[in-house]
Amino acid sequence: MKEFKNIQKIAGPLLIVEGVSDIAYDEEVEIYQSENDVRVGKVLEIEGDYAVIQLYDSNIGLNPDEAKLRFRGRPVSLNVSREMVGRIFDGQGRLIDNGPDLLTYERRDINGSVMNPVLRQYPNQFIQTGISAIDGVNTLVVGQKLPIFSGSGLPHNELAAQIARQAQVLEDDINFAVVFCAMGISFEESRFFIDEFTRTGAIERSVLFMNLADDPAIERLSAPRMALAAAEYLAFDLDMHVLVIMTDMSNYCEALREVSASRKEVPSRRGYPGYMYTDLASIYERAGRLQNKVGSITMMPILSMPEDDKTHPIPDLTGYITEGQIILSRDLSKLEYRPPIDVLPSLSRLKDKGIGKDKTREDHADVMNQLFASYAKGKETIELASILGDSALTELDHQYAAFSRAFEREYIDQGFYENRTIEETLNLGWKLLRMLPKNQLKRIRSTYLEQYY
Amino acid sequence: MQDGQIIKVSGPLVVANGIKNARLFDTVLVSDLELLGEIIEVNDDKVSIQVYEETSGIKLGEKVVSQHRPLSVELGPGLLSSMLDGIGRDLKEFAAQEGYYLTRGSKITTLNDKRKWYFHPIATIGQRVIPGDYLGYVMENKFKHYILVPEGVAGVVNWIADGEYTIIERIATVLKDDEQEQGVVMRQYWPIRKQRPYKGKGLPEVPLVTGQRVIDTFFPVAKGGTACIPGPFGSGKTVVQHQLAKWSNSDVVVYIGCGERGNEMTDVLYEFPELIDPKTKEPLMNKTVLIANTSNMPVAAREASIYTGITIAEYFRDMGYDVSLMADSTSRWAEALREMSGRLQEMPGDEGYPAYLASRLAQVYERAGIVKCLGEKTREGSVTMIGAVSPAGGDLSEPVTQATLRVAKVFWALDSSLAYARHFPAIDWLESYSLYQERVDHYMRRQVNRNFPKYRKRAMALLKEEQQLQEVVQLIGKDGLSDFEVLKLEIARMLREDFLQQNAFVEEDMFTSHTKQMLMLTCIMEFFAEARDALMHEHVYIADILNGESIQKIGQMKYIDETHLDKIRQIIKENEEELSQIAESLKEDQIIEGI
Repeated sequence: MKEFKNIQKIAGPLLIVEGVSDIAYDEEVEIYQSENDVRVGKVLEIEGDYAVIQLYDSNIGLNPDEAKLRFRGRPVSLNVSREMVGRIFDGQGRLIDNGPDLLTYERRDINGSVMNPVLRQYPNQFIQTGISAIDGVNTLVVGQKLPIFSGSGLPHNELAAQIARQAQVLEDDINFAVVFCAMGISFEESRFFIDEFTRTGAIERSVLFMNLADDPAIERLSAPRMALAAAEYLAFDLDMHVLVIMTDMSNYCEALREVSASRKEVPSRRGYPGYMYTDLASIYERAGRLQNKVGSITMMPILSMPEDDKTHPIPDLTGYITEGQIILSRDLSKLEYRPPIDVLPSLSRLKDKGIGKDKTREDHADVMNQLFASYAKGKETIELASILGDSALTELDHQYAAFSRAFEREYIDQGFYENRTIEETLNLGWKLLRMLPKNQLKRIRSTYLEQYY
Repeated sequence: MQDGQIIKVSGPLVVANGIKNARLFDTVLVSDLELLGEIIEVNDDKVSIQVYEETSGIKLGEKVVSQHRPLSVELGPGLLSSMLDGIGRDLKEFAAQEGYYLTRGSKITTLNDKRKWYFHPIATIGQRVIPGDYLGYVMENKFKHYILVPEGVAGVVNWIADGEYTIIERIATVLKDDEQEQGVVMRQYWPIRKQRPYKGKGLPEVPLVTGQRVIDTFFPVAKGGTACIPGPFGSGKTVVQHQLAKWSNSDVVVYIGCGERGNEMTDVLYEFPELIDPKTKEPLMNKTVLIANTSNMPVAAREASIYTGITIAEYFRDMGYDVSLMADSTSRWAEALREMSGRLQEMPGDEGYPAYLASRLAQVYERAGIVKCLGEKTREGSVTMIGAVSPAGGDLSEPVTQATLRVAKVFWALDSSLAYARHFPAIDWLESYSLYQERVDHYMRRQVNRNFPKYRKRAMALLKEEQQLQEVVQLIGKDGLSDFEVLKLEIARMLREDFLQQNAFVEEDMFTSHTKQMLMLTCIMEFFAEARDALMHEHVYIADILNGESIQKIGQMKYIDETHLDKIRQIIKENEEELSQIAESLKEDQIIEGI
């Protein structure tokens, strides 16, 4: 370990140091002021005897004259262990639940490595979240990365907690774990999650990484990587199905922008750095499955869209990387439908591979397409009625309008505490479809119509 | 040779000094891990290097060794059905040697130099050869992989092999004009940023058959042409690219996954060996080269991946084959340019992209084309380039889309509202265009049916008119339309739903031949003409036409198998009969009423 002093300048989260030698790019750095004041950072750039160091901690109270820099000679890493399950960490991987230290552990580079696409296994196994609007029409599969696009004031935290609580892989006796990573959420939100996890026992199978709004913003850059290093260990070393929930990615991106601005980089759209796509990909792409491995990483990042704008860089770049998106609707939320999932613009790109015979039920694909089509038609009819008036509607139109209202009321609005099996979800779908005449169900094969209608 | 030393590290950018004879775009091995890099700027004694692998852990003072040659890709038998990373390393071999993850500094090559191939000679001893001539071929499955006389070798064949050889063993010797004997092996290297030479370029005229109705009929791309597919996420860019890779009638497909999802590449890798090429009846994978640079792989290699892909495509083109090149997505490539440019502290242009973005992009697209290949005998080969563009926020005014539109001749505009309405392929017929239309019309008139261009134009006119009529309907309701306008709306609906929409997952529908497209279009347009006549001259009721069986039959056309196309001709005949029946019965009714 090497020690240097010479901090020349502190610019936001960046330290400019001179007179260093023999240090490596991306190395972990400890900024040491006293026994109780040790902060962590990493080397961002080295040139000659000068280096740029990015803090993962707050810069408050840092004294350039006193602080010593210790270069650790290895990238920032995390202690991973079987004992992590059920524990709470901060954004830098330090235990904060007042419990005992980890007894046995291995150190892992938090950046992980790139999976060889040749040895990836294509995701095709169903995960039951117990939520009809997801299981039934936007099915999540093992190894998928499916974000939730939300907005301020929408109950995405409740939805995330519900998924964390209820998610399970059917007919599989492999252990299931949830890695939860909070980035810049408020104390109240964090209490909600911790209470919720503790109350429902979900904590028993969870690892929590908590970075709160009053924790250093810059720590948000390390938090998701810490969480994913833990998830990779659980999934591929301990053979577990791991669901990673990350909230809120918008705070992560803002931290990224902050560092970029401090480095005076040329900004791209809305001041976010040009490499944000690559950076987000290095997080999202860590989801997946590997051949001949039983474990898996499924990812559900949550992000709040500024002004509910899907074209804002954060949801936009996320959408280009992830395999679909679940979108929350403000209209449904106003009606207090819970969870207010906007079924039509939501999409799970991998759903077709995870449903059907032997996975869910043979009629699943047809029911899904039919519900989707009928709901779309029903919504259209309601819209039309609001322009032309109810009198312009035919008998069939009324049936469609009634169907789509019932769909929202019964199928979507299930509440945050109801856990539906896929069987129940499918049967509910059929129950709703029976509101429409049989000849309108064109997307369902006749054999299934006879069997289930 | 003198080694240089690292003096600066910033992400994928490394600066070194002390490299003797450093030339721009020479490759270098960086640090003790020997990471591959490329010189992108020379400034006095200092050179800037973009490193194709993760630079974490690199220290100042570590060595940099120049290889004194530009970044090249290995070409030869064994390329087909392989999956390479952005700088041409075989990912299957990578997996075999290194396991699940891509580790750094691995010395993995593109081709297997241990494997033996049976070399069949074509040239004979004593024959005079020039670069580009066939020496012989090896069979890669059912694919004839020609071995050409490499660049810089001309003279008389002194000896030629016939038997099993590896790609690094001599298969011929040529006595050059300067009396020197030169050996030729099957493997060769080619710098990826340098265009492979040809005798001359031609104009693209023959359409690439893609089997996608909206493309082949309305917005065709010619062999050797360029096309682009811009669209926001979720509009089905990748599905369209996959469909083109699967069904286009090219001999070789090079698919570049540039900065896209890992699972998508895995999907291709699993799916293509299962699919059968309609032309050769062989698994599709046997004519495919995949280049996978997923979004989490190093960004500098992403920049190189496009060039690697094009060079491989040109290599097959030189043998006289038609190659289609899919790049998904060029926006990620442009972002890689932007990132390196930013680290070099260059003055930024639009949205932070470097000022040379448009010219680089044009250079890339310009490497497509239909060419007369080198060599004594005349043969033609082509590279058709189809690039996906992922505009930020779906906004087509952003620099990459705009620069692409200036060079690509075909524009398939993907529309998310179509995708949202589950209209696939979600290609917007009013926005898209093809500049090959006229030349392709020529071909279609001769090869398919002389009425084809006429019908196509009428159909497009109807689709355009539909938009105006829809506006009227929205204002005053459907009652405000005349019978003829109602008919037009119905025909336009048929064109949209029964012709343009195509299901990539239904066996009969995923590929449509030119003949079937022609028949389907004829069926709809003839029905239109006859129904119009019936309306105008026989004064039949529009409701009678709309309630007839014809409309349902037209809806079923797309599900008719390619081997039973007579059924469509049958439908055309039946529709005609039905319409005249309607007219007849109307007359009878009138007569009865008249009495």
